Amino acid sequence: MNLLFALVALPLLFMLASLVAGRHGPRLIWLAAPLMTGLAVWLAMAVHTAPEGGALGGWPVPLGIMLEADGLAAALMLASAITAAITGLFALGSYGTTRAETTRSYTFWPLFYGLWAAVNAVLVSRDLFNLYVAIELLSICAVALAAFGSRKAAMDYLMIALAGSLAYLLGVVLIFAAVGTLDLSLIAERAPEARTSVLIGAALISAGLIAKTALFPLHGWLPPAHGAAPPAVSALLSALVVKASFVILLRVWFEALPGLTQPAIITGFGVLGAAAILYGSALALRQEGLKALIAYSTVAQLGYLFLVFPLAGGGEAITPWAAGAWGAMGFHASAHMLAKAGLFLAAGLMIHASGNGRMDGLTGLARAMPVTTFAFALCAVSLMGLPPSGGFMAKYLMLISSLASGQWPYALVIIAGGLMAAAYLFRPLARMFAGTETPAITPLPHNWLPLAPLALAIAAMALGLLSAAPYELMVSGLPEAGEAGLEEVEP
Amino acid sequence: MMELLAERGSLFALTGAALIALGFYGFIMRRALIRRLIAFNVIGSGIFLLFGGTGYFGGGVDPVPRALIITGIVVALALTAFAAALAVRLARSGDDDENPEAGR
Repeated sequence: MNLLFALVALPLLFMLASLVAGRHGPRLIWLAAPLMTGLAVWLAMAVHTAPEGGALGGWPVPLGIMLEADGLAAALMLASAITAAITGLFALGSYGTTRAETTRSYTFWPLFYGLWAAVNAVLVSRDLFNLYVAIELLSICAVALAAFGSRKAAMDYLMIALAGSLAYLLGVVLIFAAVGTLDLSLIAERAPEARTSVLIGAALISAGLIAKTALFPLHGWLPPAHGAAPPAVSALLSALVVKASFVILLRVWFEALPGLTQPAIITGFGVLGAAAILYGSALALRQEGLKALIAYSTVAQLGYLFLVFPLAGGGEAITPWAAGAWGAMGFHASAHMLAKAGLFLAAGLMIHASGNGRMDGLTGLARAMPVTTFAFALCAVSLMGLPPSGGFMAKYLMLISSLASGQWPYALVIIAGGLMAAAYLFRPLARMFAGTETPAITPLPHNWLPLAPLALAIAAMALGLLSAAPYELMVSGLPEAGEAGLEEVEP
Repeated sequence: MMELLAERGSLFALTGAALIALGFYGFIMRRALIRRLIAFNVIGSGIFLLFGGTGYFGGGVDPVPRALIITGIVVALALTAFAAALAVRLARSGDDDENPEAGR
């Protein structure tokens, strides 16, 4: 319990400290990065044996606020801690004490820690209203960070976020009016006799969260906002922010309202996810800007997450392949966090060095920046889903559960998405290795900066190489998981 | 007395629903940022009124919605202040990249 409390409260403390510390604020990351990662590792070890949880301040449930970490929350918290820590260290090189951009170096850090706290709060909250407060903190920090790149894109993002939070809040009110509680497990107990208003509330909540997650028809705000931002910001937005709203969606449908999950709803999520994979990949293929390409790839990769709805078979009907699909989703979320953050950081370094954000600016860069190119390629391998990466584990488990459940159209989409990812990621890679001359590059502010994307890429690979422990952790929180059928699906 | 409370509850809820509908119309039909921001606040007020209305059930007033409405108002205020500041920055100095059309 104290561990969960610390994981949410410490980033908030760092947020205040970075405001107070002024000029020395950026250096706090040297303390925050190892501390938070260590705590997240500790949490993962603890949850591995038994779920962690408790009520804040000792107040019991209807009044107090429950914090609880299941396996998925612990795994995602560890992945996001690694991502945020490395991105923070990278940002120290870009917005650190040595650069002239003083306003940004002051404003970046409080927003960074606020975002980290909000992500952790979303992962461990078990109360619809508490989740609302956490996702609002996340949205404010994310929009403010996005405004570093383009204010117009940030404004569009803000409008979508406002509309999304209103829809979510209205849904919460309707559900509260119908069942008289906001706690997820209490809703699950009372919802079976629930009325249409619960269904409408759940639909509103889903619509709001889909807008914030940028699932297919509501994805339009994401590429401009993520593509225009500075590299460290893009990495945080693409890796962490959109995952948080997806996790709330999972909690609502799988934990609070398992009885409400009808085949039509499950299929609806699945079809939108599949459409996101195909449409996002097709648009990524057509991009000429490197960061725009990576941003559209995020649209496509988010689609895979939603395949967990049809593959895990909704809430109550726990099937033998549900655990596999659940694990696949956890692997995909974690691997995408690490690999996408790595790609954005590597792309940022390349754009800085070549002074050109377009494809043709990359020609021959592999000879001038071997470490960065290697990191980019490793992250690309994970996104394509090639072994031995974490992305491979995700897509392999997804394929198996889609075939085991007889839903072969999803298998076709997963394979097509992997091939298209290879096609759009080989385009920049081919440019990097093209030609024979070594291009002249602008020197990087620090020579160690390429190590940040490399570390993220190695983490994404390690997730695939050491997949047994994370898999066990991710499926350990599953309520009445189809453990019987696990043997065939287990990696 | 109890009937009056229940009646008042549904009156609040219905007024809230009407505000949500009006605000929603404004939010999707108006392009100007400040008008959309005001529409956002109208919807927010409607939702809080609806929430308060659900707190009036037969026997008395439920304290949970009251506490949550206050939290919700604080969140909405923070969001509004932030959005207004962003809109002012956007209108004053345009976009950071070469794309100066403000508002849309």
